[in-house]
Amino acid sequence: MAPASYPDDLLYHPDHDWARIEDDVATFGITWFAQDALGEVVFFDPPEVGSAVTAGEFYAEVESVKAVSDVIAPLTGEIVEVNTALADTPEAINEDPYGAGWMVRVKLSEPGQADGLLDSDAYVAML
Amino acid sequence: MTSPTLKRTPLYEAHVDANAKLVPFGGWEMPIQYSSGIRAEHEAVRTRAGVFDVSHMGEVEISGPDAEAFLQHVYSNDVTRLAVGGAQYALICNEDGGVLDDLFTYRLAPDRYLTVTNAANHERDVEWLRSQAGGFDVEVADVADSYAMLAVQGPVARELGQAIADSPLPGRMQAARRILLGREALVCGTGYTGEDGVELLLDPADAPAIWEDLLRRGATPCGLGARDTLRLEVNFHLYGNELSTDRNPIEAGLGWVCKEDTGFIGSDVVRRAREEGTAQKLVAFKIDGPGIARQGNPVVDGGEVTSGTMSPSLGVGIGMAYLPAERAAVGERFQIDVRGKLRSAVVAARPLYDKETDGPRQLSG
Repeated sequence: MAPASYPDDLLYHPDHDWARIEDDVATFGITWFAQDALGEVVFFDPPEVGSAVTAGEFYAEVESVKAVSDVIAPLTGEIVEVNTALADTPEAINEDPYGAGWMVRVKLSEPGQADGLLDSDAYVAML
Repeated sequence: MTSPTLKRTPLYEAHVDANAKLVPFGGWEMPIQYSSGIRAEHEAVRTRAGVFDVSHMGEVEISGPDAEAFLQHVYSNDVTRLAVGGAQYALICNEDGGVLDDLFTYRLAPDRYLTVTNAANHERDVEWLRSQAGGFDVEVADVADSYAMLAVQGPVARELGQAIADSPLPGRMQAARRILLGREALVCGTGYTGEDGVELLLDPADAPAIWEDLLRRGATPCGLGARDTLRLEVNFHLYGNELSTDRNPIEAGLGWVCKEDTGFIGSDVVRRAREEGTAQKLVAFKIDGPGIARQGNPVVDGGEVTSGTMSPSLGVGIGMAYLPAERAAVGERFQIDVRGKLRSAVVAARPLYDKETDGPRQLSG
C-alpha cells in the first residue's frame, strides 16, 4: 500500500472523497484515509456514463473484504467517463488512490460548489 | 473507536505494536487485520502458517461423577463416544431445538471436560449449563479468565508448533498437555480454517512469549478478517450468521452432530425435523458474475444470505444462505437482492474451497 498522502492540487469532501478539477470537468476518487479505513478493495461497482451525480450523495459502491461502502460525490454534474479498468484491478484504489484508482469523470453543472470543498491542509486537519 | 467496556486479551499490546486494526467483537477489542492485509494473511494460512489470537473465546470446565451424563443431556452429540484425550464438536439446543451455541469439547479426564464457547454466547452458555445441572453431581466452572487461546493454522503450522514442544503434538481431533517453551499448555488438533494445525490453550501470562516465538519462526499474525474468509471458503458455521435460536440443526446442515437417541435437550424437535424435513436449508453458493452478497441480503422468492465475502482463494463472491428446501440442490440458480441490485448465484458443492483441486500447486524440481 502507498504511504499516506493528500496532494495539494486536489480538493476534498469531508466524506473522504477528492476532486481534481480541470475546467468544467472533474475527476473523483476516494482519499488515502478512506481506502485505509476500508481495507483491501475487492470490487468496484461503477455508475453508468450519462447518469447524474449530486454533491453529498452516493454515486458508486466500493467493496472491501470486510464491507461495502458508498462513494460520495464531492460535486454535482453528469458522468462522462468511468474507470473501467477498476473492474479487473480494484486494488488500484488502495495502491494508487489519486492515480490509477480514480473512479469517474464528471461534467460539472455547478462549478461554484468547489468553493465549499476543503484544501489539502484543511482536510488533513479534520482527520 | 474504542470503548472502556471492551475486554482485551493478553496479546493486546502485541497487536498494537504490530499495527493491528482493532475492532469490537463479541465484547472484546480484537485485531481484524494486521498491516499486510486480510488477503496476505489468508494466503499465508493456505500456503504456510498463520497464528490467530482467539483468546476472546470462552472456556467452561465441567467436572464431577455425573459429568458425562450431564453433557449427554445438554450437548447434541454422543458424548460417550468422546474418549479421554479426544475432541468433539457439538451444539447446545434449547427445548425448541433452536441452537444456543456450537462448541468444541475436549475430554481431559474420565470425569473432566473443557468446552470452548463463542465469546458472545459465553455467559449465556454458562448460565444455561448451570440451570440444567439440577439432579446431576457435576460442577460447571467458568474458566474463561484462566486461558488465552492461539490458533496456529496452515500446511506448516504443525511443524512450527512441534518446534517449541517437548514431545509429539496430538493428531487431528486429539488434545494433550504439552510443554511449550517450558510452559504448560493444552494442545488441540482442531481449527477453523480448513487447514491442518493446532489450537493452544495457555495460561494468559504465557501467551505473549509463545505468540512472539511463533512469529519469529515465521508464522504470519492473522486477524478475524482472515479467520472469516478462511472459514467461509470451507463452509464452517459462524454463530450469529448461520446459527441462531431461530434455526434448528437440521436446516443448518448439522444433523451429523446430533444423536437424538441420547435424548439431549431439543432432541425431539431435531428428530421431527430430520424425519419431516425443513422448509429451508443452508447452502453454499458462488456469485455468477461480479459483486458480493452480504449477511442479511434477501434471496428473491424466499431465503436469506447468512454470510458473504469475496473469496481470496477463488477470486469470486461466495457465501452461505438459507434457501427453500426444494431449491437447495447443488446447481440450482437463484437471485440475491444486493442493496437493490440483483446478483445471480448458484448453489455449489461444499467445501467451496477444496484443497485438492483449488489449493496451491506444489513446486516441482
